Amino acid sequence: MGLTGIQIFKLLPKTNCGECGVPTCLAFAMNLAAGKAELDKCPYVSEEAKEKLAAESAPPIRPLTIGTGEYAVKVGGETVLFRHEKTFVNPPGLAALVTTEEDEASVNGKMERFKACQYDRVGMKLRAEMFAVKDASGDAAKFAALAKKVSDGTGAALILISEDVGALKEAAAGLADKKPLLCAATATNADAMGELAKEVACPLAVKGDGTLESVIALTEKLTSMGLKDLVIDTGSRELKKVFEEQIQMRRAALKDRFRPLGFPTLIMANEMASDLMEESLVAATFIAKYGGLIVLSDFQAHSLFPLFLDRLNIYTDPQRPMTAEQGIYPINNPDENSPVLVTCNFSLTYFIVSGEIESSRVPSWLCVQDTEGLSVMTAWAAGKFSGETVGTFLNKCGIKDKVKHKTVIIPGYAAGISGELEEELPGWTVTVGPREASQIPRFLKAMKG
Amino acid sequence: MAFQPSKQTYSGQIRQVTLGVGDKAVTVGGKAAYPFHGFEGTMGNPPKIAMEVWDKDPGDEWSAIAKEPFKEVLGDPAAWAQKCVRDYGAEIIVVQTKSADPNSDNKPAAEVAEVVKKVVDAVDVPVVVWGVGNHEKDVEVMRILAEKGSGKRLAISPVEEGDYKQIGAACLGYKHLVVASSPIDVNLAKQLNILLGNLGVATSDIIIDPTTGGLGYGLEYSYSVMERIMQAALTQEDEKLQQPMICNVGNEVWKSKEANLSSEEAPELGDSSKRGVLMEAITAVDLLLAGADIVVMRHPEAVKLVKGFIQKMM
Repeated sequence: MGLTGIQIFKLLPKTNCGECGVPTCLAFAMNLAAGKAELDKCPYVSEEAKEKLAAESAPPIRPLTIGTGEYAVKVGGETVLFRHEKTFVNPPGLAALVTTEEDEASVNGKMERFKACQYDRVGMKLRAEMFAVKDASGDAAKFAALAKKVSDGTGAALILISEDVGALKEAAAGLADKKPLLCAATATNADAMGELAKEVACPLAVKGDGTLESVIALTEKLTSMGLKDLVIDTGSRELKKVFEEQIQMRRAALKDRFRPLGFPTLIMANEMASDLMEESLVAATFIAKYGGLIVLSDFQAHSLFPLFLDRLNIYTDPQRPMTAEQGIYPINNPDENSPVLVTCNFSLTYFIVSGEIESSRVPSWLCVQDTEGLSVMTAWAAGKFSGETVGTFLNKCGIKDKVKHKTVIIPGYAAGISGELEEELPGWTVTVGPREASQIPRFLKAMKG
Repeated sequence: MAFQPSKQTYSGQIRQVTLGVGDKAVTVGGKAAYPFHGFEGTMGNPPKIAMEVWDKDPGDEWSAIAKEPFKEVLGDPAAWAQKCVRDYGAEIIVVQTKSADPNSDNKPAAEVAEVVKKVVDAVDVPVVVWGVGNHEKDVEVMRILAEKGSGKRLAISPVEEGDYKQIGAACLGYKHLVVASSPIDVNLAKQLNILLGNLGVATSDIIIDPTTGGLGYGLEYSYSVMERIMQAALTQEDEKLQQPMICNVGNEVWKSKEANLSSEEAPELGDSSKRGVLMEAITAVDLLLAGADIVVMRHPEAVKLVKGFIQKMM
């Protein structure tokens, strides 16, 4: 990843033995640089070269997983500063804080809402994945019991927060197989925290004193102890400062391949705002700009739902449009006399068209044809929304069994396919609908009238 | 050990553009570094929040949640605009000429312009006039309005490839600003700025509207196109893209059903008095992070939240 073919070549034996499958070491080096070969193929490479190459080819931001099972959160592994340059890969985990000083009803409420606030959207499950459990009273047994209760009750990935190594040890001991994030190693307890993280084999967060230098000192120390799965909390809590640090850490990791800052980050939004509304804006800021894990003071649907959409939008692969599933979507309880509309499966088109039909309150059947995520005009131009494809789809999708009439409404931008489509659908009338979705309600109401 | 952060080098700067006249005129732009990257370059003028006013009572088109703060002024655009300035500290007013829409009320252009003029006269802050995106009708309305609003340095929007000659000429004639609107595409944004330049519109009179997608409805497209415009303008010396950007946020976000569903209709989506507000505020925050200089907003609570955000970030 990082080294050029020539740089790699210098580390190879330069014997041109050919045992790796290509005739020269230079050719092999070029293949390695391009990611087309594995170093293991060379039987004579030195241990030193192996180490160097392995270090260079490791991802610039350490990918790691917190939690296990259904709610495991994979973070890190990012390779770009701007999503359009490739894509952001691992969406930040969202957590709510519970503490040992919180009353039981409050904790239970958060656990219930964790489970209730789950939504389906274009085949994706939108939901939170984590809880941050904080030792607020210094009572190790209470802390361990709360962590266990949340883990057992939700299955969520956990962040265990205590500055007391003993308390953390007690809580982690019972949950080590759930891979919680231990939080946090500071300048005063790093040695003991490092030992604990090694012993229970769990990822560990470091907490700086508000400077990146303090973070670097901690990650270097822990790395030298053999720990790999680290998470960074810089210790800063001021929005502007945290923003600056997130940018500088991501840049240092990606542009300078600076290992001590090449770890996912932890954002304590709950400590950066005065209420959940402001916290939600803090969370949104760091969904866009490089947060790895984000802790809120509470789970509330009015805050989570917008944050889920935000996370979905920012982490959508720009090179692969989101799509709706091909099929028939009944809207407003249609019956056998309700109008039939057809459109493409670009998710935005689907959302907007279905939303407009819904707001028209006219019962309708919306048939969504797979156009590989292309919009109507693009799909039409590419031959993926033609009389033939739409005809084939309508013949096969089963809409003919659902209605008594024989009329289908096509998008205005695809007016050109109506002749061909009528040939594909003998006996059917093809009506050209509006070009813009916003005109659909008017159109449907006029048809009905 | 001192850590030396890797600095982004910038070679360009966003131009400053002034809306309105007099004491309350607003200057935007001036960034010579990525948004809120004050630690490595000048941020110029802080981003501004404009509030939208419709030129007609929104009626059923707005949910009760969005209407509540304005319920006594919804039928009176001038009073509505005054309320936004007085009660919510709006620094710019955007009048959306919804009544002109040929697919809806289709009010005659002269009448539409008359109402907008009343709003312009009722406030001392700059006014942006936002048309309906129908070329023929927008040209008709904006021509009359350009003349009526002469001397006010209005910003006229959207000016698109299909009507830039007519609206651009009207803006030139009466010294108004052009909001150059292109469909979420860096090259089309650049092209329209070039065309406007050829027409004689000065760079001091152009604001880019990159086209706004709301949260959950294409926000990511606007976000990335704006980041690409910022990169081109600030690091690739693409001087045709060094204009401030405006995003029509409120109008897009509140179109979505999720922003409007009541707590009874959708209990699973939580408190409806806060959900839409957050959807609007989060969209605005993302677009500000991507480079917006003006966000046009609807709900006073969302305005307040985003104002706080800008203050903390500058």
